[in-house]
Amino acid sequence: MSIDTLDRIETKVFERPTSLIDTEMHYCPGCGHGTAHRLIAEVIDEMGIVEETIGVAPVGCSVFAYNYIGVDFSEAAHGRASAVATGIKRVLPEKYVFSYQGDGDLAAIGTGETIHTCNRGENILIIFINNGIYGMTGGQMAPTTLPNMKSTTSPFGRDTKSMGYPLKITELVAQLPGTYYVTRQSVHKPLNVRRTKKAIQKGFEYQKLNKGTSFIEIVSNCPSNWKMTPVESNKWLDENMLPYYPLGDIKVPNEKEA
Amino acid sequence: MAKAKGDISINIEKCKGCEICMDACPEDVIAMSKEVNQKGYLYAVKITDTCTGCTNCALVCPDAVITVFRETKQKKEQIATITNVTGNITVTVDK
Repeated sequence: MSIDTLDRIETKVFERPTSLIDTEMHYCPGCGHGTAHRLIAEVIDEMGIVEETIGVAPVGCSVFAYNYIGVDFSEAAHGRASAVATGIKRVLPEKYVFSYQGDGDLAAIGTGETIHTCNRGENILIIFINNGIYGMTGGQMAPTTLPNMKSTTSPFGRDTKSMGYPLKITELVAQLPGTYYVTRQSVHKPLNVRRTKKAIQKGFEYQKLNKGTSFIEIVSNCPSNWKMTPVESNKWLDENMLPYYPLGDIKVPNEKEA
Repeated sequence: MAKAKGDISINIEKCKGCEICMDACPEDVIAMSKEVNQKGYLYAVKITDTCTGCTNCALVCPDAVITVFRETKQKKEQIATITNVTGNITVTVDK
């Protein structure tokens, strides 16, 4: 051993968070769900709130979220995760409650529940994964599918004349006075992953202060149903999804009030 | 000044071979294996020693299979002076 090596110490700078259960996820290779799960687990670990957090799993690809994040979980009926989270939070107001929903769950069948939960300003964190398609059922058109984007139920591309326009539900709920923090992030690049993690952390912190609903949209990919490789899908997301769903904070709390 | 030195370890049995880490690595440290793991995926492997420990690969990995290490340099401090030595001496560092 030389003198130089004595001065160097190897430290672990990144490892799998402990509250992410050590198992294989059922997600397709390259799916953004895995990254989003990991970020939630990291934030829960860092805040030390494993015992105090209750998640609500949706119906969709992330239906098995309770098998992967090692906190208490409840499964909700399709689209009703925010309503179930409302109930849990009202009975156990000292717990941290979050719902994890996809676009078919939150923006299609659960639009009513989502809007009313945000309008009531429930003290929960809603994490919304937007990949512009119904992933679990085989790539059908979702409310968030982009114009001219092909899916199994819009094989010639989404025609806005007959099928309507993509629903920007994040901008919609930002209009409601009950929401406190509304932001749109993504997990396709290291920088965006860091920002998303900060957003999730803020969401949990605001919940502690009883400020109202925090709503975080995560624009994600779906390599299998977009019929691309994971790397291609991330590139496609960058070029096509992000112009329509621009990243950034949509509603930020007034720091003076806080 | 020399670059920061890092290292990664990959849990190859959980890797699904999505290649996102390969795309995110600025130093081209990661490549895909020629063999498959138990699940039948080509897994990520470290091919060079140029890793800087930037954690980009681990941040984008959807299956959290990458652990990143980074070597940090500690400032050299003179803790003792040895003069007029005759015969053998043993010095042990307890860090």
